[in-house]
Amino acid sequence: MTESNLPQAGERMELISFRIGDQEFCVNIMSVREIRGWTPATPLPQSPGFVKGVINLRGAVLPIVDLAARMGLAMTETSERHVIIVTRIGDQQVGLLVDAVCDIITIGSDAVQQTPDVACETVKTFVKGLLALEGRMISLISLEYVLPELRVEATGAELAA
Amino acid sequence: MDPLAAIKVTFFQECEEQLAELEAGLLAMEGGDHDPEIVNAVFRAVHSIKGGAGAFSLEELVRFSHVFETALDRIRSGAIEADQEAIKLLLRSADVLADHVRAARDGGTVDVGRSQAMAEALAALADGDGAGAAEEEDTGDGFGDFEFQPVAFDMGETVAEPAPSATTFKVRFYPQAALYQKANESGLLLRELTRLGEVSVELDASGLPMLAELNPEDAYLGWTVSVTGEALTETAVREVFEWVDGDCYLDIIKDGADAQPAPGPDVSVDAMGGEVDVLALIRAAQEAEIAPPPAPVLTASVPEPAKQKEQALDAKAQATAREASPQTIRVDLERVDRLIDLVGELVINQAMLAQRVAECGLQRASSVAVGLDDLEHLTREIQDSVMAIRAQPVKSVFQRFPRLVREIAAMTGKEVRLIMDGENTEVDKTVIERLSDPLTHMIRNAIDHGLESPEDRVAAGKPREGVVRLAALHRSGRIVIEISDDGRGINRARVKQIAVDKGLIAPEANLSDEEIDNLIFMAGFSTAATVSDISGRGVGMDVVRRSIQSLGGRINISSRPGQGSTFTLSLPLTLAVLDGMVVTVAGQTLVAPLTAIIESLQPKAADVKSLGPNAHVIAIRDSHVPLIDIGRSLGYRTVTPPPTEGVALLVEGEGGARAALMVDAIQGQRQVVIKSLEANYRPVPGIAAATILGDGRVALILDIDAVMVPKPLSAGVAASTTPSGTDAARPAPTSDLPLAMAG
Repeated sequence: MTESNLPQAGERMELISFRIGDQEFCVNIMSVREIRGWTPATPLPQSPGFVKGVINLRGAVLPIVDLAARMGLAMTETSERHVIIVTRIGDQQVGLLVDAVCDIITIGSDAVQQTPDVACETVKTFVKGLLALEGRMISLISLEYVLPELRVEATGAELAA
Repeated sequence: MDPLAAIKVTFFQECEEQLAELEAGLLAMEGGDHDPEIVNAVFRAVHSIKGGAGAFSLEELVRFSHVFETALDRIRSGAIEADQEAIKLLLRSADVLADHVRAARDGGTVDVGRSQAMAEALAALADGDGAGAAEEEDTGDGFGDFEFQPVAFDMGETVAEPAPSATTFKVRFYPQAALYQKANESGLLLRELTRLGEVSVELDASGLPMLAELNPEDAYLGWTVSVTGEALTETAVREVFEWVDGDCYLDIIKDGADAQPAPGPDVSVDAMGGEVDVLALIRAAQEAEIAPPPAPVLTASVPEPAKQKEQALDAKAQATAREASPQTIRVDLERVDRLIDLVGELVINQAMLAQRVAECGLQRASSVAVGLDDLEHLTREIQDSVMAIRAQPVKSVFQRFPRLVREIAAMTGKEVRLIMDGENTEVDKTVIERLSDPLTHMIRNAIDHGLESPEDRVAAGKPREGVVRLAALHRSGRIVIEISDDGRGINRARVKQIAVDKGLIAPEANLSDEEIDNLIFMAGFSTAATVSDISGRGVGMDVVRRSIQSLGGRINISSRPGQGSTFTLSLPLTLAVLDGMVVTVAGQTLVAPLTAIIESLQPKAADVKSLGPNAHVIAIRDSHVPLIDIGRSLGYRTVTPPPTEGVALLVEGEGGARAALMVDAIQGQRQVVIKSLEANYRPVPGIAAATILGDGRVALILDIDAVMVPKPLSAGVAASTTPSGTDAARPAPTSDLPLAMAG
């Protein structure tokens, strides 16, 4: 991940925040296409555990990633209350399974704090910064490594745009 | 994209079209069509390319197309004759021009030597009419200093008077209804006559009844044609009418001989009413025209009405030519694909809706149910129409074969005639794109291996010229392409011997003729005694078969010794849909491509045998094939249920190997729309693609060849659970996935 993924100082940006377990995360709203309720996915053989399978998104086959499992948290027990955030990563669309969507936040990019130096490899890979908002801590995550060996052609700049 | 670049893209798209038109025109000329309109079209194609290239300052392209254009212009004006030799040169130049266009577009380079040589040859051709041209252009200067020189020519010199040795034939041609019933066309025959020499045509419409009396299926018109040409023989004239012999009244008289009045069709004079006088007059005029043998210069004495008819005929021919290329619009393929996706979704949605309504317990005759039925018809129709947008005639593939055949014929020293049928048969673009290679290879084979040398053919009592026939037709929802030759047929004894020598079959194997014929599809089989330039490229019929199978197609061969062989390809009309068998495995719904399935059977306990620690085979008739549990090879389950509780699908892979795939149950057969997994994910081992079933759920389509491989499929996945910033670890996408496609 390059620095360019982070917005330039002073720039305003909009984020969508969501909840997994008791933690709150957010992604850039520009990479979110839609949000929909959970529908059962068709499991893919020989796939990592965090890939829930594929669903039909208006005729396209959309892979669903259990974001909790992907980030090393407990595997999600899906129910109808769960939510799929359809995101665009590079030239592909990927559904992220999360517990609930919370908020749309608008912040200045200078509000993003550096991720504290923790030992956890997953945190280093996915968390690109922290936001402190009304006493909550929200992790800004990068989508680049969500899918295994995903062909991400997009540059960091595109993701931040 | 800036506007100029956008225009440039359009220019190159148009170039492709012009190049196609150029080649088609040149091929028509080579086939003997001397219609000036074709020469004009060919000229215009090159001219447009030159014009556009000039606007974009593509100098190489301008220079070459200019030389090309000059040569064509002189042919157009009649200054030089487009004989076979010249057309061959023009065809090769068209190739070089295409190279130039591609180089200009993709920034590559062209073979300078070849281009230069071709330009010189073109310049020489343009100069080559001898008198009158030599002083106008520097000969032999190549195109290095070939500037835009005005090319003058003298019309009077080139439009030659009929030579003194010209002979004139009067052809009286009165078609009968049977001629039209056999789908012959008088207009075409008359046009054919124009190829023989100077022609003047007179129409005899005296047989034409009043509209009320007119039977549209009957024949009323007759023509009298004067053909004047050098060394014209009656046989040549008669040959034109060879196919309609017996279905028309035909009278061919060498000018000067006595003319027999033609017995025109019976005319009811009463019915003619007031028209009779006029028609009688015309007829009288014609009689007068024919009876006294006029002077050799017939062209001068063409009566005005006949000239008009001739023009009308020309106009009609042009009108049909226009009909052949209807109005088109250019649409980005992505948009069409998107539309196809959406319509597929609409069909699924409609099916789901119908299911919900049925669940509500509404009467079949209720207005809602009836409305849904209508909706279903409409959606199906929309789906068919949208698929038809992507359909293209196979012509786009076929049109490159005449040249291929000529080249191979020249290389092998054989005389070959290519007959093509059904060029307008339509098939989905995705199929078309992948037909070219296998067909090219099979045509090569037909000429190189199938046809005998002219000497051998004569010795065998056949005409010197061999015939290769390429035909396309629609049959029961598939496209069938036949490639046949009238050569020596498959030498079964030799084929079997080679198969034995190469260890493909056991020496004592007892094979039927059909089985022997099919040996040529086995990997590692090549019959050519000497590796020739044409067929010996390490590509055998096994590759052809594999590529056809990867399109969901089948290939068959039938051969009769001494009479030739026929290869029959049967292909789906589109790669966007697939005939599949929907099966259940470990609670999952999967689709197996129907083309791979030979049969399904319920295994009996006695037929299933263990082989080694954990492999099983099943006895099917005389052979034992491996029994593979799909659920286990895909990782859905770890324990295989007893085979007797499931169903075995006997499948054949691309290499011809067979296996029995165990599934839990068969749900049924259905046509499914193929969806790519790679578009949003990545290739999954054992899975070719996905589809969406009537309930809106995604079902996976099996990759038969991958699941047949005995080793575990999980190889490429092991390292993928840890995030990785590089693409290097990603398993290379299987390029020959049978169903890989976008959308």
